[in-house]
Amino acid sequence: MTDTAPTATATAAIETNDLSIYYGSFQAVRDVNLDIQPNRITAIIGPSGCGKSTVLRAFNRMNELIPSVNTTGEVLFRGQNIYKPDVDPVEVRRHIGMVFQKPNPFPKSVYENVAWGARINGFKGNMDELVHSSLQSAALWDEVKDKLDQSGLSLSGGQQQRLCIARAIAVRPDIILMDEPCSALDPIATLRIEELMRDLAKDYTIIIVTHNMQQAARVSDRTAFFSLSEDGKRAGMLMEYGDTKTMFTRPEKKITEDYITGRFG
Amino acid sequence: MTASNLQGRHRLGRVWLVVFQIALVVGIIALCALLFNILNGSFGFVAVEDTVSPESLAVNGVPLEDLDKDALVQILQAHISAGLYARYEFEKPFAERSAGEVYDLILERVIEPRFVAQWSLYETLTNGDAIRQQAAQEFPNARLEFRSWLNSHFLRAPQSSYPEIAGVRTAVLGSLWTISIAVLFAFPVGVAAAVYLQEYAPDNLINRIIQTNINNLAGVPSIIYGILGLAIFVRVLGQFTSGIAFGASDPATANGRTILSAGLTLGVLVLPLIIINAQEAIKAVPNSLRQASFGLGATRWETVWYHVLPNAISGIMTGTILSISRAIGETAPLIVIGASTFIQVDPEGPFSKFTTLPIQIYQWTARPQSVFRNLAGGASLVLLGLLLTMNATAIILRNRYRRSL
Repeated sequence: MTDTAPTATATAAIETNDLSIYYGSFQAVRDVNLDIQPNRITAIIGPSGCGKSTVLRAFNRMNELIPSVNTTGEVLFRGQNIYKPDVDPVEVRRHIGMVFQKPNPFPKSVYENVAWGARINGFKGNMDELVHSSLQSAALWDEVKDKLDQSGLSLSGGQQQRLCIARAIAVRPDIILMDEPCSALDPIATLRIEELMRDLAKDYTIIIVTHNMQQAARVSDRTAFFSLSEDGKRAGMLMEYGDTKTMFTRPEKKITEDYITGRFG
Repeated sequence: MTASNLQGRHRLGRVWLVVFQIALVVGIIALCALLFNILNGSFGFVAVEDTVSPESLAVNGVPLEDLDKDALVQILQAHISAGLYARYEFEKPFAERSAGEVYDLILERVIEPRFVAQWSLYETLTNGDAIRQQAAQEFPNARLEFRSWLNSHFLRAPQSSYPEIAGVRTAVLGSLWTISIAVLFAFPVGVAAAVYLQEYAPDNLINRIIQTNINNLAGVPSIIYGILGLAIFVRVLGQFTSGIAFGASDPATANGRTILSAGLTLGVLVLPLIIINAQEAIKAVPNSLRQASFGLGATRWETVWYHVLPNAISGIMTGTILSISRAIGETAPLIVIGASTFIQVDPEGPFSKFTTLPIQIYQWTARPQSVFRNLAGGASLVLLGLLLTMNATAIILRNRYRRSL
């Protein structure tokens, strides 16, 4: 959608080297090599069960919360492998925020939802200001400025999801991961989130997993297409990765074209 | 619309509905029978013979109940021996006694009411005239009065071997002390264990064995816990539970059969219940909240403290209340621990000898004189009242927590 083509020389925000992820002995993701461009929106698309969300959660070590998940290979963030033993996953997640599939605000006030993450991360500045600016960045301020002390759960689904985005922004991450953020929302709320993502891309690197190819085409600069390996082992693999425009008009591989044109998935 | 045998299927549904309704009715009948049984013993006619009638003690037409303390002390002094008066003065100077206390002494030593016969509430209500006749014939010196065995004197008086003046104060205080110690011990330990098992413990063989054992412990009969308490708290840790180690008790007479031992035993008894209930409450906290918290860069501890526990606390409280309700009615383990069945002094602290309400009820029902059965009925009402109060308090607390979320 943007006219500025990503520059090849920019240092990658995240780079993976031979990233493989296992659930027990089952290899869910195989040998992914991907470099995410900074301040761009990268969409991860692919058929169900191809490991899109698993890859996304590997970027901030959220997979570790599921017992039996094992990760091999490297994920480089700021040139450092976040899977090195001396790296604290808590620190990783503070820099790489996450927005989930279903809006999951805390059962606390709107204000507290935004302030909490900043507070535990040692934010010492003016909290009111931070809440204000975060809600503003999430395009939610005007709707909630009079009900900051109401429960976050009292908002509508789309507002809740933007609250979750505001919450993620408030800890000042470098990268925001979004795991199908609009799949539980109606089309109008979806559109608002997509507009918001375009705005946020000025300041943040965004990686979004989506089932919706139109959405990927509308919002993303780069697209990574994942699919199952064809050797019958059903491991997710990166099939094609490039500029969204090129990918949706002139895909290199047949399988990509089949998926994009809706022949499977 | 020709579903096969639809009528038959509906009939089956109706049959089961009737079965469910019958089950409910059986339960309600059982509950009513229980309440009837307690109330039947707790109220009713009694025939009372006084050694000195209270009316004769009235001064200038003022009835005994309304006299001030000085007048009451004078009456007492006039009717009892000087030696007995001196003993009371020695135990607690009359200057420090309240009017109510002096009145109780007059009741005990001067009026000396004796129950010569008592009737149940059912008899009283259905057969009042016959009872009046019978009482007039058999006990010409007695007056017949309707008595609530649960009354203010009953609540405030200590245990006594005279049913006329016996009360449940020592037992109520003993129950409150033991249950408080049980909660203070079992609640923090139980919740902490539940948090560990639910949020930290990896799913491996050892933890599964621990989990299974906790589940089994919840079903162990309470008398076994009594034996455990006797062995550990009374015998092995006797130095501590008796207070000797802290210099709080006299080593010559003190032993481990104290409130502290009883409270800890009840605490161990309810610990598995509290753990299991707290685990269920923690399990019910949606995983999405944990993910949201971790996703913001929170540590596991922050996630547990700020999100899991506040959302689980109402469930944890409910489980704790249920567990405590069970503990407050426990009799068997306390008998093993060595609760006193007859004790007249109030418990003063964790190292005191004690009795509790269920023990008191048990002891009264085991006595040969039928009048103590009425006292047991009154004490049962007190126990039920105590339970209801505790549950109500806990429900209010729980709702307050839930609202603050």
